[in-house]
Amino acid sequence: MSPMIQGMLTILIGVGGCVGYFYASNLILDKVIFPVGSKNSGRNINRANMVRPWLFLLPALCAMSLYLLYPVVGSFYRSLFNRSGELFIGFGNYRVMFADDGFQTALVNNFLWVLVVPAGATFLGLLVAQLTDRLVWGNIAKSLIFMPMAISFVGASLIWKFVYANNPDIGLINAIRDSFGAAPLDPLQLPFWNNFFLMFILVWIQTGFAMVILSAALRGIPEETVEAAIIDGANPFQVFFRIKVPQIKGTIVVVWTTITILVLKVFDIVYTMTGGNFGTDILPSYMMSYMFRDDGRATAVAFVIMVIVLPVMIWNIRQARAEAER
Amino acid sequence: MNSIAGTKSSLSWVVNISVVMLVVIWLIPTVGLLISSFRDRDQISATGWWLSPFPVEQNHKFKAPKDGVIVDGDMRVLSGNVFAEGAGVVARFGGKRAAPVEFAAGHTAKLTKGRTLTVYADGRYDYRSPVEIKRDPSIYFSAASPPEFSLANYRTILASDNMDLAFINTLTVTIPATIIPILIAAFAAYALAWMDFKGRGFLIALVVGLLVVPLQLALVPLLTLHNKVGIGQSFLGIWMAHTGFGLPLAIYLLRNYMVGLPRDIIESAKVDGATDFQVFTKIVLPLSFPALASFAIFQFLWTWNDLLVAKVFLPSNSQSWVMTVKIADDLLGSKGGDWGILAAAAFVSIAVPLIVFFTMQRYLVRGLLAGSVK
Repeated sequence: MSPMIQGMLTILIGVGGCVGYFYASNLILDKVIFPVGSKNSGRNINRANMVRPWLFLLPALCAMSLYLLYPVVGSFYRSLFNRSGELFIGFGNYRVMFADDGFQTALVNNFLWVLVVPAGATFLGLLVAQLTDRLVWGNIAKSLIFMPMAISFVGASLIWKFVYANNPDIGLINAIRDSFGAAPLDPLQLPFWNNFFLMFILVWIQTGFAMVILSAALRGIPEETVEAAIIDGANPFQVFFRIKVPQIKGTIVVVWTTITILVLKVFDIVYTMTGGNFGTDILPSYMMSYMFRDDGRATAVAFVIMVIVLPVMIWNIRQARAEAER
Repeated sequence: MNSIAGTKSSLSWVVNISVVMLVVIWLIPTVGLLISSFRDRDQISATGWWLSPFPVEQNHKFKAPKDGVIVDGDMRVLSGNVFAEGAGVVARFGGKRAAPVEFAAGHTAKLTKGRTLTVYADGRYDYRSPVEIKRDPSIYFSAASPPEFSLANYRTILASDNMDLAFINTLTVTIPATIIPILIAAFAAYALAWMDFKGRGFLIALVVGLLVVPLQLALVPLLTLHNKVGIGQSFLGIWMAHTGFGLPLAIYLLRNYMVGLPRDIIESAKVDGATDFQVFTKIVLPLSFPALASFAIFQFLWTWNDLLVAKVFLPSNSQSWVMTVKIADDLLGSKGGDWGILAAAAFVSIAVPLIVFFTMQRYLVRGLLAGSVK
């Protein structure tokens, strides 16, 4: 059976199954288990309404438990076993891993990514949001800067690999160097700095995201505060840094953390650009180099990523709870 | 702010110019690759894409056929034109591979063993040798050829490199993986937004927490599980995986939107005797269309552009490669230097998301805002 037909069937079965499940389960609940119209009508309606939310939630909860909750436990459990999965070695994988030079490089690089990419993307996003705020063609400019969001990390890597190409007749960077008479070099093999060339790709992609959200936040600032500042003689820079930025601090933090989480997941760029060579490995790409070879090590890396994400997760949940109480 | 504080035209100029610069920097890499995808392979390596509208000086090699030899005194003479179609301008020429552009056009070059070679600007050549000519002599020359743009790279990549198959595979992965989670999530989001029950707050917090669980954790345990229950690496497996991974965002976005729907409508419907199921399908679902569209776009872009999940949950044979895997694992290795092909492949994979992006940008922006500024 060709995958395409299989796909159609899956859509039919999936959608039909979902609709059927929800419809049938509600029907059974109302007509069979707690029928209305008998002498216990009132009690039955209440009971049915206590069960119904769980009918609505069941498929989603099952899927999320299986695909997101179980892996947290499953990965940790698997990381305590050796490569073949037969021998329990406690924290052996972690011990070996933390002593590994490759892992240390990846960890340090990952911290650099977490520091630089969210900062860069948020800053540039804020800059563009502010600059385009009152511009006649601001929406076109924003749309164009937002565009890389639609491009896959692989596609973006290819686009930038072209810019970074070694040959001055192909790569823009080396063409510029060439016009100043400098010898061509490969930006991707430049120790230490190559990391930043890779990070810039993600900044390039994420600036649009930051811009869209911060731009909406800037629009939401009460006009009076800005007007009052201008009447008091504030110059445009003071208005921006003293009046506007403090008022959208909350949004800036949200953007920052969202990009931080993303940074910890993206392996595509490093994988496509350098394959983790030349000292550019980060944790997700380091993990992929062990995937299919040593599941014990791979899950250990994944769990380290989870531990790094944990503070953000807790913070997010707290925010959501505070939100719900308001 | 300018209108209030009096026009500061100089500042306005600075702003305009800075935005132009930023937009140019943001676009240049993509534009460069797009232009290159239409260029001829040899022209790409001869000049940068920024020079693509201009003629390209390229080195060529011509084998003068020895059959046309004429005996002129004690010299054997070969003559003809290096241009097959008689068009072009020779700038420089040479007689050996090591120095292909040694002499200016029109110059009579002295080669080894008393032989001479003259190539004129219009392409005529004159080769003289005191001894018998045994092999076709090679003439090297550089000539400016006009810029060539064509769809040849796209034809190559689609016809002979199986990119069409990868395209279909991507589509096959994407569509069910986009549609199925929406429905499941919509019901769950309704329950979390409009139904009262114990544990609702906890479940909302759970969804928010799951939003940031790194995918990496799921790879090994779930692949093992898939192998155990017999799904293995297959399309069914990747559809299920994408559905699971997409649900938290779907539920979160949809719930945020549904909570904001007017309470009156829903409550009056309930007073009139509508069941939750009816309220959901008849009122909430149609009203939530913008949020459903936002999530659909997110999930579509995410699954279309995904490399990680496809690498792990799909079989690793070339028949099941999606485009991202095809580019990253196959083309970048086998066509490493062939930028025309790579560029064309990139744009085949980028085209659909870009179309979706530019036509549905409104919903995308709305979804982003609902997801973050809450």
